Amino acid sequence: MGARISRATLLRWAPFLVLIALVVFFTILNPSFFSLRNAARIALAATPALMVAIGVTFILIMGSIDLSMEGAVSVTAVLFATVFLQLGGTLASWAWIALPAAVLAGAVFGMLNGWLHVKLQIPSFMASLAFGFVGTGLALMMTGGDRIRVEDELFRGLLTFRFAGFPLMVWLAFGFVLIAWFIQTRTTIGRNLYAVGGGEELAHASGLNTRRVRVIGFTLAGAFYALGALMAVARIGIAETATGNNFMFISITSAVVGGVALWGGIGGVWNAVVGVLIVNVINNGMVVIGLPDYLQDGVLGLMVILAVVLSTDRRLVSFVK
Amino acid sequence: MYQLKAVDKKFPGVHALKAVDFEVKRGEVVGLVGENGAGKSTLMKVIYGAYQPDGGEISIDGRAVHFANPRQAMEQGIGMVFQEQSLIPNLTVMENVFLGQEAQFVRFGVINRRAMAAATRRQLAKVKLDIDPGMVTADLSFAQRQLVELAKVLTLEERVEGDLVILLDEPTSVLNREEVELLFGLVRELTSRASFIFVSHRMDEVMELSDRIYVMKDGQVVDVVTRGASDVEAIQKKMVGRSVDKEYYREPRQKPYDPSRVLVEMDRVRFPGRAAEVSLKLHAGEVLCLVGTEGSGREAVLRTIFGMRTPLAGRVSIKGREVTRFSPRNAVEQGVGYVPRERKIEGIVAGMSVYENMTLSQMRRYSGAGVLRTGEEKALARDWIKKLSIKAHSEFADCGNLSGGNQQKVVLSKWRSGGSDIMLLDHPTRGLDIGAKEDVYDMIRDMSDDGVGVVLVADTLEEAIGLSHTILVLKDGVIQQKFDGAPGAKPTLFDLLHYMI
Repeated sequence: MGARISRATLLRWAPFLVLIALVVFFTILNPSFFSLRNAARIALAATPALMVAIGVTFILIMGSIDLSMEGAVSVTAVLFATVFLQLGGTLASWAWIALPAAVLAGAVFGMLNGWLHVKLQIPSFMASLAFGFVGTGLALMMTGGDRIRVEDELFRGLLTFRFAGFPLMVWLAFGFVLIAWFIQTRTTIGRNLYAVGGGEELAHASGLNTRRVRVIGFTLAGAFYALGALMAVARIGIAETATGNNFMFISITSAVVGGVALWGGIGGVWNAVVGVLIVNVINNGMVVIGLPDYLQDGVLGLMVILAVVLSTDRRLVSFVK
Repeated sequence: MYQLKAVDKKFPGVHALKAVDFEVKRGEVVGLVGENGAGKSTLMKVIYGAYQPDGGEISIDGRAVHFANPRQAMEQGIGMVFQEQSLIPNLTVMENVFLGQEAQFVRFGVINRRAMAAATRRQLAKVKLDIDPGMVTADLSFAQRQLVELAKVLTLEERVEGDLVILLDEPTSVLNREEVELLFGLVRELTSRASFIFVSHRMDEVMELSDRIYVMKDGQVVDVVTRGASDVEAIQKKMVGRSVDKEYYREPRQKPYDPSRVLVEMDRVRFPGRAAEVSLKLHAGEVLCLVGTEGSGREAVLRTIFGMRTPLAGRVSIKGREVTRFSPRNAVEQGVGYVPRERKIEGIVAGMSVYENMTLSQMRRYSGAGVLRTGEEKALARDWIKKLSIKAHSEFADCGNLSGGNQQKVVLSKWRSGGSDIMLLDHPTRGLDIGAKEDVYDMIRDMSDDGVGVVLVADTLEEAIGLSHTILVLKDGVIQQKFDGAPGAKPTLFDLLHYMI
């Protein structure tokens, strides 16, 4: 039996197996971990990060990296809240326009980021890191350091309305996962992203406009960062400069733990989903088993390293840079 | 003193070295010549320990040795001066010369830079190079780098007991005439310290420098010539030797092309870095072969037609229309397809499936509003898998896992299924076994029958002669001669070599 499962198949499912192992591990330590209520809690906590992780997954598939997500989330969150309150502050009015406007703003933000990277030939690492700070700065300028409360009951319904035990926003996020999956597998954009990541010179030699593909990839990522921002605001009811905090670590870690290769061409949306769940299960599990606060960050880091070791194939890379 | 006896080396599908005997005596310069693919580089790799032979024996002074890696060979006095320059450009000269050997200068964990610089100066004096050891390597000229590389190998003298054997792989390819003279003078002087194995495409230089010349062909040593015992022409004949099997290259299937339909025309085109102008015409149904040594400008022609390079001057027209913007995208739209030499880098995307690779250059045809019609893509892939009998378990197979020949078929079907009628083939049979090569030859004939114009850079001269309607011989970016290659009236290998070298 064991011989029939090929190494390749095993590697493909490794992140998923790690996830299951973690669930079993925490359930043994505290059986209350394995309950619908806790599952909903994990899903809810994971939702904003999932959107951001999907965004950055598109970038990683191209073999680039994007570090602008914290700025992108902050600026789109604040922009959304500001416009939303200006236009009436409830989804029942014209204020609903703030939702698509925020996604559009995220896309524009991503497009500028990608354009900087491609046109000025700045490595994506540097361009996006700097541009992320621009985003955080813009958010700070708009809020003046204040928190903006979004208390519309309809909008908060994303959190409070539950279906089958899970909040509405979890279902909505699931819908966006399917859309992302569709983009990845069924559209020319998705195929182009893989082609650029798998062999940029080849893509070029096949007549693809690789620079355009890169800008489109960043635009797409920006739109998903904005979705993450909207979910984050819906979850806590507050938009502020700090809304974007921590998304960089969580999203990139999740993608890598889930099996998206940093050198491009490998992995996809479902890897991001599994990765986000792994990270959030670890986070949640540590609370459930009662690990002291001050240990949690360090343990999370160690667990993530362990998860990466178990779920990726390092034989593929001769040098790790 | 250094001796190979009946050394054998096999790779999957290729018998690279067949019972090769090879010997270097003390203080001797031995030349090694042969066509591309004759087994020169494999033999060299066996000599300096990068490959381990499958059979035969290696001995130094009659004592059998075995090298598991180049480092062990170095410890026995075998040094290699690489063609592609193995110096690390951002390190200084002395750091490069003693790379991996720094321990001798270390005191209390710190490198004594002054001692290292002095030692480097001693090494550089051997090759008569007067430069500051603290210079960054990137600032040196090519000739200087070549000498530093030689100096680096000569450090073996102090480290190794016994005699040195130094391999020079195409050391003159980037040097001008005076620099070559300088290098040769140096090599002759250094024969008091070491023996040399000299590999080069330039026959006159091999003749000038070597005491004895090994001539290789098809993985065998076909002759050993001592200095003065033979002339260039005789050696060239031995290099290419055997008669060509007409069936092998599908010559009976070669039909005359249609001279009234010009697909590509280059009119006095000048490439960056070259003074000469190139003019040529490609007709429908024609196989146009570009022949020349590495760096003779074959690649520049291909890449210009494909729009990857913009020429400095002259006109390029595709199907009667002048090309104004050079980009692969435009070329693909005009029906140009390119099968690159580096299949892994520019040919297929490993990790993507067969059908995804096939439609990569023509996604617009298989999508509406950005959404792909994967059903049609898969049908296309199944169709071509059957047509070219590609060995893949299905259209979902990962292209990275296919054999070289099947990858090449995927690349060809990518362009052919998209209706490309100008095909640029750069070494399409490189690294393929014989059966796969014959498949590629059949495909080329099929394309000619369909009125496709093919520009071919062949892997060997025999292949070029066998397949082509027209042969252009290039040297240093200049078209030296044009040969007509109708069946029965094909030029001989010797005719071509005469203009190449």
